[in-house]
Formats: sequence, C-alpha cells, structure tokens
Amino acid sequence: MAMSESQVTGNFSRSFNSLVDWIDARFPMTKLIKEHATEYYASKNFNFWYGFGVLATFVLILQIVTGIFLTMNYKPSAAEAFASVEYIMRDVEWGWLLRYLHSTGASAFFIVVYLHMFRGMMYGSYKKPRELVWLIGMAIYLCMMAEGFFGYLLPWGNMSYWGAQVIVSLFGALPVIGEGLSEWIRGDFYISDITLNRFFAFHVIAVPIMLLLLVVVHIMALHEVGSNNPDGIEIKEHKDASGKPLDGVAFHPYHTSKDLVIIAVFLILFSAVVFFAPGMGGYFLEYANFEPANQLQTPEHIAPVWYFTPFYAMLRAFPSKLGGVALMGLAVLLPIFLPWLDRCRVKSIRYRGWIYRFALAVFAVSFLVLGYLGLQPATGGYVMAARVFTILYLAFFILMPWYTSIEQPKPVPTRVTK
Amino acid sequence: MMFRMIVLVLGLATAASAIAQHAVGDGTMLEPVNNDVSDVASLQRGAKYFVNYCLGCHSAQYIRYERIGEDLGLTGDQLAENLMFTGDSVFDPMGNAMRAADAVRWFGVAPPDLSLIARSRDTDYLYNFLRGFYADESTPTGANNLWLANTAMPNVFWELQGVRRLVAEEHDPAAAPTPPHFEIVRPGALGVAEFDAVVRDIVNFLDYIGEPMQLERRALGIRVIAFLLIFLVISYMLKREIWKDVH
Repeated sequence: MAMSESQVTGNFSRSFNSLVDWIDARFPMTKLIKEHATEYYASKNFNFWYGFGVLATFVLILQIVTGIFLTMNYKPSAAEAFASVEYIMRDVEWGWLLRYLHSTGASAFFIVVYLHMFRGMMYGSYKKPRELVWLIGMAIYLCMMAEGFFGYLLPWGNMSYWGAQVIVSLFGALPVIGEGLSEWIRGDFYISDITLNRFFAFHVIAVPIMLLLLVVVHIMALHEVGSNNPDGIEIKEHKDASGKPLDGVAFHPYHTSKDLVIIAVFLILFSAVVFFAPGMGGYFLEYANFEPANQLQTPEHIAPVWYFTPFYAMLRAFPSKLGGVALMGLAVLLPIFLPWLDRCRVKSIRYRGWIYRFALAVFAVSFLVLGYLGLQPATGGYVMAARVFTILYLAFFILMPWYTSIEQPKPVPTRVTK
Repeated sequence: MMFRMIVLVLGLATAASAIAQHAVGDGTMLEPVNNDVSDVASLQRGAKYFVNYCLGCHSAQYIRYERIGEDLGLTGDQLAENLMFTGDSVFDPMGNAMRAADAVRWFGVAPPDLSLIARSRDTDYLYNFLRGFYADESTPTGANNLWLANTAMPNVFWELQGVRRLVAEEHDPAAAPTPPHFEIVRPGALGVAEFDAVVRDIVNFLDYIGEPMQLERRALGIRVIAFLLIFLVISYMLKREIWKDVH
C-alpha cells in the first residue's frame, strides 16, 4: 500500500527527531546550536563595522581550503619551490585560481582584521567584560603575523628570500643571544632549504592549528559575555519576561541572513581583485618575487608586504637596530594593554568626548601614513616623517590613561538607538 | 559620525595609494607598449620573433610548446615547422641550447629565463628596453642600452633596427628631460614604426607567457561577478524577509 505524502514526511521527521535525540543523549548538539546560534542574542543595531568578524572567519576558512589544495602540488624545497608554484599556475587544473585566491586571501585577511580591530577601538569592545575577547583577538593577530611571515617565504621568489633574510636578522640585534637565536630560527647560517622546510611546517600545520584553536576560544569568550554594539551598552540589562534581551535578535536566522549579504558584498570586491588585478599593482604580489630566490642578488628595494609596512617604518625610524627592533615590538604589543590603558567608563565613540575621537583619528592616520612610509626608501624626509608618526602612534597608547581620564563623555542611552 | 569616519579613512587610504603610485611609477619617460594579449595574430608573430631572436640565449622553461599551440591556434605540425627548431617534443618547455656555464663565459652572466620577465619587469619597460639599444664601442658587445646601462645583452635586433649612435647634447639639469637623439650609422631593414610593431609583438608574447591563463582569468571573472550580483540580490531579499518584524 502506497503511503501519502504527509505520512512520508511524518515518518521522516519522526526518524530525524529520534536521531537527534540519540545524538543529544551522547553529545550536546542541540544545546550547542541553541547557545551559539538560535538562542544567542546579539544587538539588532549592528552597522557596517560589525561585518568584519564574520568576514575574518570566512577568509580563514578560504585560506585553509585553498591552502590544502596548494599543498598537494607545492614542493617545499629550495630547488623546486619556485618552479612548483609556476607549475600550479600553469599546469594544475584551476591551480592559478587556487593560488590567486590564497595570495589575495592573505591580504584580505589583514584588511578585514585591521578593520575588525578598529571597530573594537571605536566602540570600546575591549572594555569590561570583554577584556579576554580582546586579548585572545590580539593573540590571533600575532599568529596571523607569524603565518603571513612564514607563508611569504614559500614561493621562494627573490623578495621572499630577502624579506625573510631581513626579518630573521632582526633577532640578531638582540644582545648576547641574538646571533645564536637567528641561526636557530633559520636552522642554518643563511636562509636555505632547511629554513624553507621548517617555515613550510610552521605555515601549514603549527600556526594554523593555533589560529583555529584561538578563533574557537575567541568566539566562546565572546558568546559568554555577549557581543558589544555601536552604542556600547549591555543589551542583557533589559530582558523581556522570557529572559530574551529586548534589543537583541537571535544570531540565527537574523545575523546569519545578514552575514550572507555581507559575504556576498565582500566576495564581489574580492573577486574584482582575484580576477582583474591579482598582483594589485605589486602590493599583493611583489614584482621582484617573480624572480627566483638569488642569494647573490639583493632586490633594489626590499619592502615587506603592505600589511607589515607600518611596523617596518617604525623599525627604520629608530637610529639603532636594537632600538628599532624594541620599538617595533612595543608598537605591536601596545594594543594588548588597551583594556587597562583606557580609563573612560563610556564604551562607544558615539558618546565619548572629543579628546578620544581626536586621538583615535590621529592613531588611524598615523597607522596608514606609516604603512605608506614603510613602502618608501629609508631616506631623509621619509625617515623624519616616520619618526613623527611613530611618536603619534605611541602617544595614542602611552598618553591614553591621562587623556581618557579627563575627557567629558556624553550621557549614554539605556536602550540601543538605530 | 560613522559615515564621516568611513569617508575619512577611505579618503586617506586613496590619497596614500595615489602618492604611492606616483612614487613607484617613476618611469615618466617610458613609452607605453599598449599591447593586447587577446590579439592572436600578434601573439603568433611574437612567438615567431621570440624563437628567432630570443630563444638562442634565453629560455622560457615554464611554458610548454603544446600550451602555445593550444592558446595560439597552432597545430602540432605548425609548431614543429615554425617554433620548434631544436626537435623537442610538443610537451617540452621552451628550453634553449646554451649551457649556463658557456653563457657566463661569453656574456659574464647567464641570460635570465624569460617565462616571467613580463611580471617581474613591467611590459612598458621591456618595450622600451628592447628598443633602447645603441652602438657603443666601449662595451664588449659593441652595444649599450638607454634603460639598462652597460647591459650584458647585445643588440640582437641590429639588422632590423639598424645601428645608431647616441648624440650627446648640452642639457640644462633643471629643465625637464628630453628624449635622447640618435644618428643613424647604418639603416636597418625595417622603418621605425615597423620595428616598433615587431617589438610590440614580442612584448605581447612575453606578457602572454608570463601568465598564459590571463584571458581565461578575466573571462571567468565577469561570469563570477555576474553570479555574485544575482546572489547578492537574492540574499538581500532573504535578509529583508527575515528581518521584516524587527523594529
């Protein structure tokens, strides 16, 4: 006897439910979905700046997936690496697309993460109770820097080679242990096949595992305290009878449907680069890197990829190498202390005084200008400019306890605005 | 507030990139090549010139004859007759017959592989460099170059371009640089425009072998972005539908 359509559906949903029950008795699947998606409430007034978190996750997945396929054809040896990249570009089916997605993805990752961090600075997302979210985020950023640095050696182009040479030699500036330390990192007296092999290991397994773990921990910490919002107020303080925040909407389906739109917009911009300007005029793929590594021929002008140039400019701004290295380290690490440097109790820039708005603008401009200066030769005017903007960059952090304690914030509303 | 912030940041970024472009593009004197990699006839001519004038010393080890045949619409026989003088298989890359050790002895440096030269050097630079040779008895090859002083590369085009000598001129260092003047020592087989066209074809071919999939890349890009625009509209409608009861 044939079953009617509703009987089939009924049977199906009964067996599906019993499968879910079976799993739930052994693993908290439904509980996790509720806690992190269908009953995780985030503010309904997220703006443009709140899209970069999901984009960072998206790009991370893109990097891992394209990376897996690149690894299948790449050869981590000094004799074969450069040629294997060209083999991927020319002979591997869709290899060129995988490589451009991965190389553009690296720059995109830094763009979205820089904007994500800037969002945190605008709306005070690092403040109590989200200090740990910020700290874990900073750890992710440091891992990304390591990942970018290790990955950049792998194409074994001449800029890969000399870029790695310059950065590893920075460790040589440290007193006493310097020389030994840089030898230990390279595994050799110069950047060689051995260095390439170990950088490959770091790039494809060690750092990605840390990154994934930290991202999971970042999201867990965030979901424990709840997302901030452009008004910088806690939506958990105003709940309805059922305990649901009045100004919140469930992550799924509300924020997920919004995230889909954000990903679509991002992918359009991303595709424009991948398909029409994959080298981005020498900024995403540097010209000198289309020549194989050559330890006898230094490129005319060694510059790191754009996402490291603000720190590179600071390094060169200091007259001594050790001082430059210390300064650069300080510049990278200072944002870690933001939750304690900022003395103002108001979170969002919407209700903060003009002092912080001005300071944040100075910081943003300094970072961009230093990024530009890091691409220029280290000569007269450029070095002077780098010194000025390095001081402004440092002043943003170092003077923060003072200027945030005298600023006059505006009254903060109790419920979120538009 | 937010909007102004975005405008400020984007404006600064644009300004910075404009400054950077200006600083990087120092080649104000470079004549643009304006080549077109979709011009198959030009690529076929370029391939022929490349094999005749370049491949004796340089290699193009990352491009296979077969790929060129496929992309340029040439059959295996046409490849064998016109491009493959060393009797390679069509599956072989474009090697050369010169041993690196010999090259170093003869020229002081091994001629670089040209597979990626259009990507490591600009195509405009290549176009100007290849047209920039002039006679100079002080160099071992008897030729020098406007764009790469004392280059180890001899002027392989002298029969086509002719032999010319640079005329030294009084020049006011404060004034804008003027194009250099030459006197013809021996006229070449081709006129200036014809010779420029030959070099343009060669540069076009170098551009193509630098990234053989570039036409495919752009064509696919248009289709991907068209799909994404439709996807954006549908995902936006979905978002509106889901959010309609949120106020």
